[in-house]
Amino acid sequence: MSDYAVQTNTEEYLSLGRNKLVEMYHTMVLIRRFEESAAKAYSQQKIGGFLHLYIGQEAVAVGSIAAIHKEDYIITAYRDHGHAIARGTDPRILMAELFGKYTGSSKGKGGSMHFFDAERKMLGGHAIVGAQVPLGTGIAFKAKYRKEDAVCLTYLGDAAMNQGAFHEALNLAGLWKLPVVYIVENNMYGMGTAVERASAVTELSKRGSAYGIEGMVADGMNVFAVYDAVKEAAKKARELSLPTLLEVRTYRYRGHSMSDPDSIYRTKQEIEEEKRRDPLEQMKKFLLDEKIATQKEIDRVDEEVKQTVAECVEFAENSPEPPLESMYDDIYVQ
Amino acid sequence: MPELSFREAINQAIAEEMERDDSIFIVGEEVAKYQGAYKVTQGLLQKFGEQRVIDAPISESGFTGLGVGAAMVGLRPIVEVMTFNFSLVAIDQIINNAAKMRHMSGGQLKVPLVIRGPNGPAHQLAATHSQALESIFAHIPGLKVVVPGTPKDAKGLLKSAIRDDNPVIFMESEVMYGLKGEVPEGEYTIPLGKTDVKREGKDITIIAYGKMVNLAMEAAKSLSSDGIEAEVVDPMTVRPLDDEPMIESVKKTNRCIVVSEAWPFASVASEIGYRISSKAFDYLDAPVGLVTAEDVPMPYNKILEHNALPTIEKILNAANSVLYKK
Repeated sequence: MSDYAVQTNTEEYLSLGRNKLVEMYHTMVLIRRFEESAAKAYSQQKIGGFLHLYIGQEAVAVGSIAAIHKEDYIITAYRDHGHAIARGTDPRILMAELFGKYTGSSKGKGGSMHFFDAERKMLGGHAIVGAQVPLGTGIAFKAKYRKEDAVCLTYLGDAAMNQGAFHEALNLAGLWKLPVVYIVENNMYGMGTAVERASAVTELSKRGSAYGIEGMVADGMNVFAVYDAVKEAAKKARELSLPTLLEVRTYRYRGHSMSDPDSIYRTKQEIEEEKRRDPLEQMKKFLLDEKIATQKEIDRVDEEVKQTVAECVEFAENSPEPPLESMYDDIYVQ
Repeated sequence: MPELSFREAINQAIAEEMERDDSIFIVGEEVAKYQGAYKVTQGLLQKFGEQRVIDAPISESGFTGLGVGAAMVGLRPIVEVMTFNFSLVAIDQIINNAAKMRHMSGGQLKVPLVIRGPNGPAHQLAATHSQALESIFAHIPGLKVVVPGTPKDAKGLLKSAIRDDNPVIFMESEVMYGLKGEVPEGEYTIPLGKTDVKREGKDITIIAYGKMVNLAMEAAKSLSSDGIEAEVVDPMTVRPLDDEPMIESVKKTNRCIVVSEAWPFASVASEIGYRISSKAFDYLDAPVGLVTAEDVPMPYNKILEHNALPTIEKILNAANSVLYKK
């Protein structure tokens, strides 16, 4: 099924403990159901603007964030729902943000592409392709400057690698040896353009070599493969203050955004084929095979998530619109 | 009061603030080993070490973005751009990231960052290296934009800019770095967003900032010998713009010209002109006059260059025009 990092460290995964393992599954299911619910609300015009769904890529956010500490930083691009949920942000305020409500994580000023949770060191949600890469590099610079035992996971899409900001930032990280892990979520398409139609080099992890940055590849559909790779890269960042360029091969099941006519640039058959690697199904199988959870317990997780997401929508719907004068808030620190 | 050059005044401000607060570091091209492309950072490497005075490769988008990121998590970076012409390659980091971060995060984050360097035309550097860009930055909510005209102002304002919790664009000038002026001894700051009356007068208000303050003062002297007393008003910070003292001045003089070396279209000068026209409408005896750079990319030729910029003659002509002298 997978030609990347093979899942061999079963013992180690088991040592994470039942609670953590079930929690990881729970988070993946929560991300998926949250987004399915958001898609529905979008079609009902309760959510506006752009809505980029993460469905299919859940193992990346969950596996990578499970592998770091709460003192570590994360920053990502505009497909950011999964990262915020995996970092532990209350999904109700995230749904409220999608609805543009005053109770939202950015008080209705950010929307889908701009989730922030400063308290949990989730530093956004950034919507100009590649522009968050220098930011993540600067966050890692701060960790080193202050001699913190912290790393910064900086997520980007495959298409962001062709932006100048990416290359300038990687040069600085390589030159100054910054504790940053660049996680390229290669979902095979930048909007409708396939990787091989956008990048002269399709083995993306090699593109760090120009800056002396070691590359790694992991199966982005397998939460443990992501976990292993990020743990190793984060250790290298923490102990040796060295950056890593980690390519995780994943797939988004939905279009680039809600308005994406999915059928133009890829086939239904391809999508169905990729779904056979489904990260949630793989995790569920692991939990059952290793007798960590029973089918009944799995069903209970599904039921709990259903309940949580219903509460998110209810909270968002019942929350107030921002007062008009709030548009003038938070432009400057007074 | 001791006389310091503009360059020395800025150097002092940076050194004093870095001494006070170890969350401040400075990064930019040639700021450390080379001692500054214009020697503004002279001696800082020796004083503060390479952890805090950092030579960056030529990659403005990269190191400006790095500064924004570091500021988001609690450092107070000073990013030096060798000139503001080169800030244009980092404009996305400045406009989309630095300026909007606080608003977009619903007030969760702040970006205490200073981006500083020389702005405005120098001598015969032609179009890409001779342009005053403050209007572009002043257009953006979330940024503060400071354009000092004297060594004293530069030092006091820069110290405030470094202590400010917002991204501040601090614009100096290559041709002013050697300019000397009195600078108070000891600790002082000048608040951002406060307009200063540089010269009192009753007959006409000349509003000017940055390098143009000095030209306006010379023009005022010349007018004075003709019996016309000009009030020279210097906003110093062009965003946020403290227009109240300008309005007060115009209520007294009833005539106003605005001098800026930036282009006229959608500019700081036109904004000031609009505010005077709307807020002091009943007091004006003539439409507000603008003396700006000509609306052309800067030509290399010395004569063309001189004539593309505001000059004493142009200021005097504009003054005479609003005074109905000619």
